[in-house]
Amino acid sequence: MAGVKLISLTKTFGDVTAVNDMNIEIKDKEFFVLLGPTGAGKTTTLRLVAGLEKQDKGEVFLDNISVNDFTPALRDVAFVFQYYTLYPHYTVRQNLEFPLKSKLRSFTKSEIKKKVSEVSRILHIEHLLERETVNLSGGEMQRVALGRAMVRTPKVFLMDEPLSNLDAKLREEMRRELSRLHFDLGSTFFYVTHDQVEAMTMGDRIAVLNEGRMLQIGTPDEIYNSPKNVFVAKFVGSPAINLFKSAIEKDTLIIGKKEMVLGIFEKHRNVLKKYNKKNIILGIRPEDIEISREKQKVNSFKCAVYFSQSMGAEDILNLKIDNINFRAIAPPKYMIKLGETVYANINISRSHLFDSETEECIA
Amino acid sequence: MKQSVSKKKNIVHFLLIFLICIITFVYLIPLFFIVHTSFKPWVHIRDYPPKILFKPTITSYIRIFTSRTPLPPGRAFSEEEVFNMKWYERLIYKDTNEEIVRKGDFPRRYLNSIIVVIGSTLTTIIIGTLAAYGFSRGKLKGKDDWLFFILTTRMLPPVVVVIPVFLMFRALNLTDTHIGLILLYTAFNVSFAVWVMKGFIDEIPIEYEEAAMVDGYTRFQVFRKIVVPQATTGIAATSVFCFIYAWNEYAFAFILSRKYAQTVPAWLPYQMGVLGYDWGAAAGGTFLFLLPAMIFTIILRKHLVRGITFGAIRK
Repeated sequence: MAGVKLISLTKTFGDVTAVNDMNIEIKDKEFFVLLGPTGAGKTTTLRLVAGLEKQDKGEVFLDNISVNDFTPALRDVAFVFQYYTLYPHYTVRQNLEFPLKSKLRSFTKSEIKKKVSEVSRILHIEHLLERETVNLSGGEMQRVALGRAMVRTPKVFLMDEPLSNLDAKLREEMRRELSRLHFDLGSTFFYVTHDQVEAMTMGDRIAVLNEGRMLQIGTPDEIYNSPKNVFVAKFVGSPAINLFKSAIEKDTLIIGKKEMVLGIFEKHRNVLKKYNKKNIILGIRPEDIEISREKQKVNSFKCAVYFSQSMGAEDILNLKIDNINFRAIAPPKYMIKLGETVYANINISRSHLFDSETEECIA
Repeated sequence: MKQSVSKKKNIVHFLLIFLICIITFVYLIPLFFIVHTSFKPWVHIRDYPPKILFKPTITSYIRIFTSRTPLPPGRAFSEEEVFNMKWYERLIYKDTNEEIVRKGDFPRRYLNSIIVVIGSTLTTIIIGTLAAYGFSRGKLKGKDDWLFFILTTRMLPPVVVVIPVFLMFRALNLTDTHIGLILLYTAFNVSFAVWVMKGFIDEIPIEYEEAAMVDGYTRFQVFRKIVVPQATTGIAATSVFCFIYAWNEYAFAFILSRKYAQTVPAWLPYQMGVLGYDWGAAAGGTFLFLLPAMIFTIILRKHLVRGITFGAIRK
């Protein structure tokens, strides 16, 4: 078990900078998630930690030891690939034994047997041990792949989107399973995903990445409730955050051609003084817009229901005021019909404000 | 509707099998003729039209394994002498009136063939697979040019270089040595092996190797434990081709080996007896010579047919 430290890690492929000046410190026993869209450099970062790629600049520390010149074998990390990579010419048992049989580790036959049976008990794959890997189902393969990582208690578990090939139901189950494993094993997990649900549900801390740059690092709560910039706000949360281009005039926020005029939240007033007469970006999460049939006192706007998506526990309403589209979440008990006129009440105290040029959070 | 489709399918299937039978039959006629001739008694070998039915004998096989001399005219063994002969001596005496002088050169030539073929096939496979792995995974500058260069060595009909090779071998004292022929056949086959093996290794996802390296193995261990087992199909196919090429090669064997390292193809045509060309012995030798190639191909057939149907990586 050990922490991971990346210091100004940089890696380029030709003209593309896959990882740009990455600084991360992962604590021992932490479940750390790298979140970002495809091509953000998540996998490359993980491969740099594993030693499968060589960085152009920067350093990787495992357990406070610089491992820059170590081969993957010597780094003592476990890698779970997106495509499970079970060795096809081996049975499940041989796959699990494989890391233990390395010349770097001198385990006796009985030790290997004991470890394999222990791991297969934890992962509930005992009945699969003598099977060929080719005939396993996706979930079974994933368990075996996890088992192969677990048998040798590595310093860090590196996981590269291990759940992305599973169907939705199984993915949910494996998310729980992974959280349980992290809890039971008490090891450091370094997990890469593009799925914000995975990141939010499993991670102790999340780093959001885009185009090789780290945009924000924090707990799921911090990432969700105080996004540092527009990208993070947009990427995390489903349905996605509503973003409005708005102008500031005195103490009001004007959206569009005065279709919506909002009073600024008191605590934001000071910060927004210097933005007077300028444009900013206003972000409101769909759950911070309340729907009602009657007009309420402040920040209440009449709008039409464009269409709605039912999620069972809640309805996602797509609302429209003239040319402005946004989304809100309403409990299904409202029985809102298409085309109906409702009032959207914006909870301005929960709003996120971003500079329209830098896209950084200002309040 | 469904029935008629399956009926149609059955007919097509039947026709295909029928066609395959015909083709196989045509291909097998020469082989059949060789086996047939090898069991003919001496007197019937030159019969025309060829006799189909006769009492089979193995004297042809005894002749290919022995050196004989005809008895001088008028000389005949007494009954007691015949009785004291070994069974094969008696057979030869009765069939062609010859006396066996000593054991023949066939086993020695056969052993030469086996040494040269196994040596060259092994070397080709080892060099070819390693080179293919390098070409497939390595970041070599001008990789495509190198690959093309390797391919060009195959564009030349080998016989064209017989004389330069002969002179080179003479200068290096490699004429009539096993090592010389092994080197030569390896050189001819290695380009083919590199190209075929590269194709097979390209098919193996690199993630397997990365997984194994993270699991604590060096690059070479990974090559041995992960790449080679998954490339067995390719290795089997390549070995069969190298084996057959080296086993059948005639021109170079004929020129570069005389006595010590002479292989079967270079020796087999010289079955001249005092009584004329010994077709029976040649046929017998040919049949025995065919056997290893057949056995080798049959053993590896499973790998040749199975192809690469692995799929534990989901893409």
